Amino acid sequence: MIRFDRVYKRYPNGREALSSVSFDIAAGEMVFLTGRSGAGKSSVLRLITLLERPTRGLVNVLGHDTQRVGVSKVPAFRRQVGMVFQDHRLLGERSVFDNVALPLVVAHTPLRETDKRVRAALDQVGLLDRIQALPGELSVGEQQRIGIARAIAPRPALIVADEPTGNLDPQLSREILGLFCRLRDAGSTLVIASHDMALVNESGARQIHLDGGRVIP
Amino acid sequence: MIGWLSRHLQALVFALGRLARAPVATLFTAVVIAIALALPAGFLLLTHSVRDVAGNATTVDLTVYFKREVPLESVQQLAAHLRQRNGIESVAVITADDALALMRKDSSLAEALGALPDNPLPHALSIHPAADASSSTSLGALRQYLTAWPEVELVQLDSDWVRRLDAILLLMQRITLGIGTLLGIGVLAVIGNTIRLEINGRRQEIEITQLVGGSAAFVRRPFLYTGALYGLLGSLLAAGIVQTAGALVAGPVNQLARSYGSQFALQPLGVQGLGLMLGVGGVLGLAGAWLAAARHISRLQPRA
Repeated sequence: MIRFDRVYKRYPNGREALSSVSFDIAAGEMVFLTGRSGAGKSSVLRLITLLERPTRGLVNVLGHDTQRVGVSKVPAFRRQVGMVFQDHRLLGERSVFDNVALPLVVAHTPLRETDKRVRAALDQVGLLDRIQALPGELSVGEQQRIGIARAIAPRPALIVADEPTGNLDPQLSREILGLFCRLRDAGSTLVIASHDMALVNESGARQIHLDGGRVIP
Repeated sequence: MIGWLSRHLQALVFALGRLARAPVATLFTAVVIAIALALPAGFLLLTHSVRDVAGNATTVDLTVYFKREVPLESVQQLAAHLRQRNGIESVAVITADDALALMRKDSSLAEALGALPDNPLPHALSIHPAADASSSTSLGALRQYLTAWPEVELVQLDSDWVRRLDAILLLMQRITLGIGTLLGIGVLAVIGNTIRLEINGRRQEIEITQLVGGSAAFVRRPFLYTGALYGLLGSLLAAGIVQTAGALVAGPVNQLARSYGSQFALQPLGVQGLGLMLGVGGVLGLAGAWLAAARHISRLQPRA
């Protein structure tokens, strides 16, 4: 599903974020990227989602060598990847329905199918009753669950999450972890960046530990 | 096809919604566009109105004024002779009495003419050349032929004023084109800047749309519709301004024209004119939005 082979990433300011990073993630696996701030977790996610390209090495995601994906093909590539962000990245002026439907709308999914999938995704995160609410009317935990619903609504092969529990209390964090475990059990592949080691250990999932841009065995 | 239409309809409805949610800002922008479009449109309409009058009068006639002592019978004989000549479509005899009556009726000199002891006007012929003999060479030759008659005082070729009017119309067209081009660029800039501000205001939304796989066309589409709608709304207002201004000045202009014996009347904009204005406004709006969207959206890089 994902292969990093001796990947280097140097940013224009000269900072080397990743140095000879190699790992494989199989389909249906849930993997945590761990490490301190600046360890390189976000850079790995940015390379997976094609927000960045590697300076050197091979990044293969969903069968695509990301170095070879043309600029015009990037949107279609991103539609195969669901993204969950620490700060939810919801559109405040749009209803929960519109937020969750956004990836389906950009993929030109028919209206009836969009409605069906949005409801299914909201049902999965337990917020179907808030379908008409605005994000501002929801709690932080609910907003994060809406963010997850948006990521899973198009039924992507891969879900990446960047510090999804970073702003949540332990109880809500466990709820979100439970949700990710259910998605894994349903066959999704998940790559989650987190520095919440207690939660990561509780999950029992495989960890890829990064430090100073290198994978620590 | 249905999918394509649905995507465009969605973008159109979205753009309409955005404009409707900020009615005052939308109206101000549309008014600026309307003023910029109304000025060249008004000039163009005026040029067309003048051209219309000129068009009716471009059939060039010759007027032959006889010496005052030449009797009417001689004039009529010469007229009959001329009617036999090739290249003449019609010849009308204007007697001195007819000319005086006409002047009294149509000119402000009626009182002065009434005070004269006798009619100072000569008999005259109004000659209308055939269409195939209206070239300047043919008319020049005819003029020379008529001038050679001993009874003739003056031959006036009525093409001079047509040439002057043509020159004025050409000048008006060029001025309209110049003003239209400058103000068209102004409209592009106004719409471009409005769309730029819209893009900046919706930066987060654009970034999120790009993150979830929105293509450049998907992101750009609502802005293009917004630009086109601004252009259409502005041109609709401009048409209203032109029509209102036309209606306000039509009365006095017609009165003034009649006092000079002219049939000049300001033309209304009409369906064709309205269509042209909407087309120009829409295209300018679309172009302005395209320029702004191409420039500013490509600069937005989503961050995860």
